[in-house]
Amino acid sequence: MPRTYEPIATRTLNTDTSTITFSSIPSTYTDLVLVVNAYSTSTGNDNIGLVINGDSGTNYSWTRMYGVSGVSGTTRTTSSNQIGQGTFGTGSTKYSPVIYNIMNYSNATTFKTVLGRANEPVGQVTTLVGLWRSTAAITSLTLNLYASGANYGAGSTFTLYGIKAA
Amino acid sequence: MAIRSLKSGTFSRSGMVGNPVIMPGSYDSIATTTVGAGGASSVTFSSIPSTYSHLQVRITTRSTFGANEWPIFVQLNGSGTGYAYHDLQGNGSAVSGSGSSSQSLMQLGDTSAANGTASSFGVFIIDILDYADTNKNKTSRTFYGYELNGSGKIGMRSGLWANTTAVSSLSFGTGGNFAQHSSFALYGVN
Repeated sequence: MPRTYEPIATRTLNTDTSTITFSSIPSTYTDLVLVVNAYSTSTGNDNIGLVINGDSGTNYSWTRMYGVSGVSGTTRTTSSNQIGQGTFGTGSTKYSPVIYNIMNYSNATTFKTVLGRANEPVGQVTTLVGLWRSTAAITSLTLNLYASGANYGAGSTFTLYGIKAA
Repeated sequence: MAIRSLKSGTFSRSGMVGNPVIMPGSYDSIATTTVGAGGASSVTFSSIPSTYSHLQVRITTRSTFGANEWPIFVQLNGSGTGYAYHDLQGNGSAVSGSGSSSQSLMQLGDTSAANGTASSFGVFIIDILDYADTNKNKTSRTFYGYELNGSGKIGMRSGLWANTTAVSSLSFGTGGNFAQHSSFALYGVN
């Protein structure tokens, strides 16, 4: 049986960096898993945003569920220009693990659905389902930050895996 | 389940869905089904080898049932008894929990259906732990969601099959059919 759960690319930041892009993603897998352990240099709140194939149109939507101290909630955002996961850690003491499962990413027939989970260490845990309303095969993934002028801090890591089906 | 660090090469921790580090020591593709034109009323993986520690099923699917959303389910070894589940979900308006026992099938969660946004498919990642251990009832955990740019649902669910038999087959179903282009991929994890 084929063994399959392979790292495609990984990046560890030596310096603060505003956006992270994985490009030229091969179409040979079934699903992608993007693993982030990072923080924002923002001095205020921040959020991590996922953009697919560089599409800056309002073709994204998501439903998320979260828990903070004493409160749980759920929100929806429609017709956005990226998928926003939720509260993201700010400062080097608040590395935030985020995992995106990008399902059936290389087919050219269906819209693309993403499952996300984030663990901001002192503020919020979040799960998310996101939709990119495009049938195009996914060839690049870009991670933005919402806060103006913010960067992903040095030491942040980003790894993209491919899962191959039989 | 041992996993290997890309950075250090050392093995540690679990690679099951949602955990922070994911490089399984062994993560093998067992079988995959993609639904063709006309849809499929069910999808079955049979003769599952007992040589793994855990199973993971990764599903992208849409139901042809006439609604915005519709549940999908699984039966283990063809059994029609002994299932239960508990669910935590958010739909953009409210967070809720639910559960049920003494069921004839294991409900996994809701996916987009025939009246929902065209071309939108729900997704499921299902872990079935210690599936071949004949000393344990079988427990699953599912991370699922669908999104329609105006409605949608994100959820986590636990499932029980109160039976110690080793799992050798999985049969998935929904109301109506699974739509064309639905895909079901079964993996074995050590």
